[in-house]
Amino acid sequence: MSADPLKKPLTRNIDPTREPFDLKQYEAAGGYQAVAKVLKMDPKEVTETVKNSGLRGRGGAGFNTGLKWSFVPMGPDAPRPKYLICNADEMEPGTMKDRVLLEGDPHSLIEGMICAAYAIQAEKAFIFLRWGYTLSEKRLRKALAEAYEGGWLGKNIKGSGYSLDLIPHISAGRYICGEETALINALEGKRANPRTKPPFPQVSGLFGKPTIVNNVETFCNIPPILTNGVEWYKSLGLTEDAGTKLYGASGKVKRPGVWELPMGTPIREILEGHAGGMREGLRFKGLLPGGASTDFLVEEHLDLPMDYASIQKAGSRLGTGTMIVLDDQTCVVGMVLNLTQFFAQESCGWCTPCRDGLAHAVKLLQAIKRGEGRMEDLNKLDQLCRFMGPGNTFCALAPGAAEPIQSALKYFRADFERLIPKQPMAQAV
Amino acid sequence: MAKLLIDGKQYEAEAGQNLLHVCLSLGLNLPYFCWHPALGSVGACRQCAVKQYRDENDKQGRLVMSCMTPVTEGMVITLEDPDSKEFRATIIESLMTNHPHDCPICDEGGECHLQDMTVMTGHNYRGYRFKKRTFNNQYLGPFINHEMNRCITCYRCVRFYHDYAGGGDLAAFASKNHVYFGRHEDGALESEFSGNLVEVCPTGVFTDKTLKEHYTRKWDLQTAPSVCVHCAQGCNTIPGERYGEIRRILNRYHGEVNGYFLCDRGRFGYSFVNAATRIREPRLRRAKEGALESVTKQALLAELGAAFKDREKVIGIGSPRASLEGNFALKTLVGDSRFFAGVADKEAKLVSLALEILQDGPARSASLKDVERCDAVLVLGEDLTNTSPRLALSLRQLVRNAPLGLAAKAGIPDWHDLAAREIIQDEKGPCFIATAAATRLDDIAAETYHAAPEDLARLGFAVAHALDPEAPRVADLSPDAAALAARIAEALRSAKRPLVVSGTSLGSEAVLEAAANVAWALSKEGQGADLSLVVPECNSLGLALLAEGGIGRALEAVKKGEADTLVILENDLYRRAPKKAVDELLDTAKRVIVVDHTEHATTAKAAALLPAGTFAESDGTLVSNEGRMQRFFQVFVPKGEIQESWRWLRELMLAAGFGERVAGWNSLTDVHHAMLEAQADLAAVTAAAPDPSFRVTGLKIPRQPHRYSGRTAMNAHINIHEQKPPEDPDSPLTFSMEGFLGRAPSPLVTRFWAPGWNSVQALTRFQEEVAGPLRGGDPGVRLIEPAPDARKSYHSHIPAAHQPSDGELLLVPLHQIFGSEALSALSPAIEQRTAKAALALSAEDSKRLAVADGDEVEVTICGLPRRLPARVVASLPKGVAGAPVGLPDLPSVVSLPERVRANKAVVR
Ligand SMILES: Cc1cc2nc3c(=O)[nH]c(=O)nc-3n(C[C@H](O)[C@H](O)[C@H](O)COP(=O)(O)O)c2cc1C
Ligand code: SF4
Ligand code: SF4
Ligand code: SF4
Ligand code: FES
Repeated sequence: MSADPLKKPLTRNIDPTREPFDLKQYEAAGGYQAVAKVLKMDPKEVTETVKNSGLRGRGGAGFNTGLKWSFVPMGPDAPRPKYLICNADEMEPGTMKDRVLLEGDPHSLIEGMICAAYAIQAEKAFIFLRWGYTLSEKRLRKALAEAYEGGWLGKNIKGSGYSLDLIPHISAGRYICGEETALINALEGKRANPRTKPPFPQVSGLFGKPTIVNNVETFCNIPPILTNGVEWYKSLGLTEDAGTKLYGASGKVKRPGVWELPMGTPIREILEGHAGGMREGLRFKGLLPGGASTDFLVEEHLDLPMDYASIQKAGSRLGTGTMIVLDDQTCVVGMVLNLTQFFAQESCGWCTPCRDGLAHAVKLLQAIKRGEGRMEDLNKLDQLCRFMGPGNTFCALAPGAAEPIQSALKYFRADFERLIPKQPMAQAV
Repeated sequence: MAKLLIDGKQYEAEAGQNLLHVCLSLGLNLPYFCWHPALGSVGACRQCAVKQYRDENDKQGRLVMSCMTPVTEGMVITLEDPDSKEFRATIIESLMTNHPHDCPICDEGGECHLQDMTVMTGHNYRGYRFKKRTFNNQYLGPFINHEMNRCITCYRCVRFYHDYAGGGDLAAFASKNHVYFGRHEDGALESEFSGNLVEVCPTGVFTDKTLKEHYTRKWDLQTAPSVCVHCAQGCNTIPGERYGEIRRILNRYHGEVNGYFLCDRGRFGYSFVNAATRIREPRLRRAKEGALESVTKQALLAELGAAFKDREKVIGIGSPRASLEGNFALKTLVGDSRFFAGVADKEAKLVSLALEILQDGPARSASLKDVERCDAVLVLGEDLTNTSPRLALSLRQLVRNAPLGLAAKAGIPDWHDLAAREIIQDEKGPCFIATAAATRLDDIAAETYHAAPEDLARLGFAVAHALDPEAPRVADLSPDAAALAARIAEALRSAKRPLVVSGTSLGSEAVLEAAANVAWALSKEGQGADLSLVVPECNSLGLALLAEGGIGRALEAVKKGEADTLVILENDLYRRAPKKAVDELLDTAKRVIVVDHTEHATTAKAAALLPAGTFAESDGTLVSNEGRMQRFFQVFVPKGEIQESWRWLRELMLAAGFGERVAGWNSLTDVHHAMLEAQADLAAVTAAAPDPSFRVTGLKIPRQPHRYSGRTAMNAHINIHEQKPPEDPDSPLTFSMEGFLGRAPSPLVTRFWAPGWNSVQALTRFQEEVAGPLRGGDPGVRLIEPAPDARKSYHSHIPAAHQPSDGELLLVPLHQIFGSEALSALSPAIEQRTAKAALALSAEDSKRLAVADGDEVEVTICGLPRRLPARVVASLPKGVAGAPVGLPDLPSVVSLPERVRANKAVVR
């Protein structure tokens, strides 16, 4: 049974027990009405509506989506072609929310993208899909074929004079390809190194042309906003952030999963309500609220609403809104090491603090885990985290990677110290 | 200009320029790796971080990468606060986690930017106690050694090799702390500019393999400012010597000429100086059929002096690879009317034509920097990568200028390399390349045109006519060529600063004249045009200023009996004129005296051989194809009787008894004064560099670094007393480590070094501004400036179109960067890269002759029957074939183009 479209606009058509809606079913459920509406609007009006709705990007950084679009040069003198890209690379450890949308309601993503593309008057759009999402790929391709067939994509969409091509691109499978400018390089066939900002992709993006990159979930918010209006959308959130959000929980909770809930739902409600609390015999110790690249939160934070400002005030980030929960029996050092290994492995290798700093952090954490750590290693880890901090690196990968380390050292330093022998070991290699 | 505050001190700097550029230009010590003055900023290494404050009241500040931060009015910066210092030291610490610290066995040691930056940041103690990453190294050919473990992943190598120089076979592979810089498989690096990796790479990953053969540390090399002798571009170099051998060549920055880069011919072509075929002592052939015997200088001069009495019967043959001074001395010896250029008459005529076009026309001869300032170009007839490689590299930068203008419109400064390349993508400014066959520069061309020399000239004439209807019209031009000419004319006309490039390499006067017409037509339009004419050798233009006729004229004179003695200067005539003619010349003359440094076919026929110094063993002046007079300085004192050619010629004159004119020539300056008196157009020769009396605070400039080691030990096996350094009457330099240790005037810079800056990066301390002119002005004097009101009438001799005639082929000369130039071809490393001689055939002609790639073909070239493998070159037009010039395995290919017949050889 699908949910109430006015309460759960993102998952309104999603039922994991069946195939997603095909075009006919999707249209019957009110699908593509947003496109029909948009095609009659002035593109700037579309952008304005999305801006006013307060929709913030769901890829992690939380930038106002409409505002982002408004930076794209418009009018007859704008550089051409312009591009729209859907970031469906979802490789953040602990994050699987986009997959729910891709597998569950591909037409909704396509519809959102057509509206967005129209708003910036893009002539070409891409879906940059995580390599491992094979089921998503299959369902997307089918939906795309239907959308072309149904006249929602291609030349002169529904007689409007507006044309759009939408091309799926399967990523080669690197976490850094999710960073929007590295994604653009990858799409151009170049090394997936991020680019400098400014210039922002809105001005100089894919092939040097104006480009918008948005997250899957971000796009899926667009049709409901355009159909139901800005006021409705704003009223969905419990706190100052608008709309609903796909929240998730992983780790040793009773019911790991993804749920569409109003923006600003308290952490405790997600953790103890929807995820059912910790498994038998385990106690909650901490959580990474928005994927692996966010700072730990602990017991004292559990009543905070999961929105951008509250989580940031607590010293972490909402990120992707999909929490990873740590219990009292799991080794903190092991968990942090595991994540840091992932980030070190996925470093694109462009800038020094990330490329060499993360690898150094891995070696230190490994030594500590093996019982070969030294007390000064903890200071070195602290220093490396500052070293990889925001602004010091070329992109946000390393600062994100530093977040679980630095916050683990803050909240769980004793767990690290316990593993360090009192008498220094002989020189370990 | 903007005012900014750095550590409490007020400075002024260009607003919008990046902060690293500004700090270095101000002489501040700020470490960096990924930024390179010619490659721009990419923000990868994070080494150049400084702290920026919002204003003077902001106490917090934030780290910014100086190379990525434009200077703005009122900016407040510190390099000295603990945060940024700790950050910069931690960058080094991180880079060092995988660096092997193998300085003692590393070729970069002592001139390593990583060493310098490590010391500068104060990262002294290793904290990292874990295993290091290791890589396998690759075989990259005879020029470059690869030691990947030392890599600090600054990306400079690929940015130079691929982005800047257009090379396709060096890339960054893999990711994280395992990025690998190399080729997809072992093999010689294909780019003609690979040697620059040695200087671009800030560590010991890419080092000079030829140096490795006889390795010497920078501080043990005796060095002097020099000029490359391997083509006419006049790139400035720093050769280094130890124990009487040249060990390597480094780039010597020149703001207007070579900038930061050399080509591989220039960098690796030096070994001829050390070759076993060097002539080190005078030799004399006492009997006609006898052998050349070594004799003392006294014996030689006595013998020659006696035989030489009649000056009227002596002919002098000069050389385009010898200095102005040598040529001038020979001219003085034989008299104006009996001095000839040691090149084929045809070449002499072509070079004179080029000179005339530059001297009398309104178009200015372009320096390489000028080329990089232009935004559209027509190349007519030159395969630049092979005839003037450094110019080809400059053209690659030229085509970026028009699109960089677009980037600027989007607010992207040209130093912001990443953003600029992203927005520019594959956009290129207008570049048209018209040559006989495809060239390695065609990838930057908007359009190419491959045709016989006549048709190239016709295209050029048509472009000129399209620009200015008063320029002569080309009759019967094909519609395709006419349309192309119109497009070229339009592109050049709409450019801000158009450039025309041509040269002598195709042996066609019409091509040169057509190029001149294009440049002149553009000049008439108002915006003017730059003109770059490529001539064959390092002093071709200098020789043209001294001599008119070539070898043919000399032969006539000898045949008529007007002369019986030949004095040949630094020249193998067999590389210049057909064998038959040279044989006749050398056999008819009663006496052949050769002054040269290396044995060759002509020295083999000499009656007397006088051992000359190479560029490394003498001082002298060359005139580049820009018309720039540049001085090169002696690097070391050779063993044996080797001395400058002009000194030999002077002694010859004195011995022969007609030396009153030259008796007073005790130093190079005396020669210069004589030159100045004899030829007003050479007066600038005294201004090309300070004269020998020049001193800084009473001191000469040392050729040896102040850390030069072993000067007493070097000769201890001969004499345990320290020898007095040899005198140098010819320059303000000294063969010693003593002297003025500060920064010498630009023409006298013996090496780039400054306290704390031991690598080539010390260069910023020698420039007025980063990437700008050297302090006190770039060296050399431009001899040729355009006549602003010159209204030369257009060249009007338009050749008829090339008609492929039955069975005949028009054989055009094809030049090879490795092999076509005589001296560099003697270097073993260059030899390894030299392609075997082959006959290039068009697809149609190879079909007609029924030959495939590699099949043997019989063809008579320049009067000599040859058997050569065929090489099918699809871009060659029908009826046009190509033969390589100057290759050691195919000598005496000298007077192309000519019409030939070729046949498939019968298999023996
Ligand atoms: C290392 C790294 C990985 C990222 N991976 C993703 C990703 O997989 N999916 C995504 O939507 N955004 C990812 N982002 C964020 C994107 O760069 C970008 O901010 C986002 O796609 C913009 O879309 P939004 O405005 O709709 O959030 C990543 C960022 C970084 C620094
Ligand atoms: S922080 Fe630097 S090395 Fe790491 S992924 Fe970003 S650009 Fe690459
Ligand atoms: S590259 Fe430099 S720092 Fe590294 S071993 Fe060589 S000299 Fe030492
Ligand atoms: S090989 Fe040299 S230039 Fe290339 S990245 Fe490594 S250190 Fe830099
Ligand atoms: S020099 Fe500025 S980041 Fe490398």
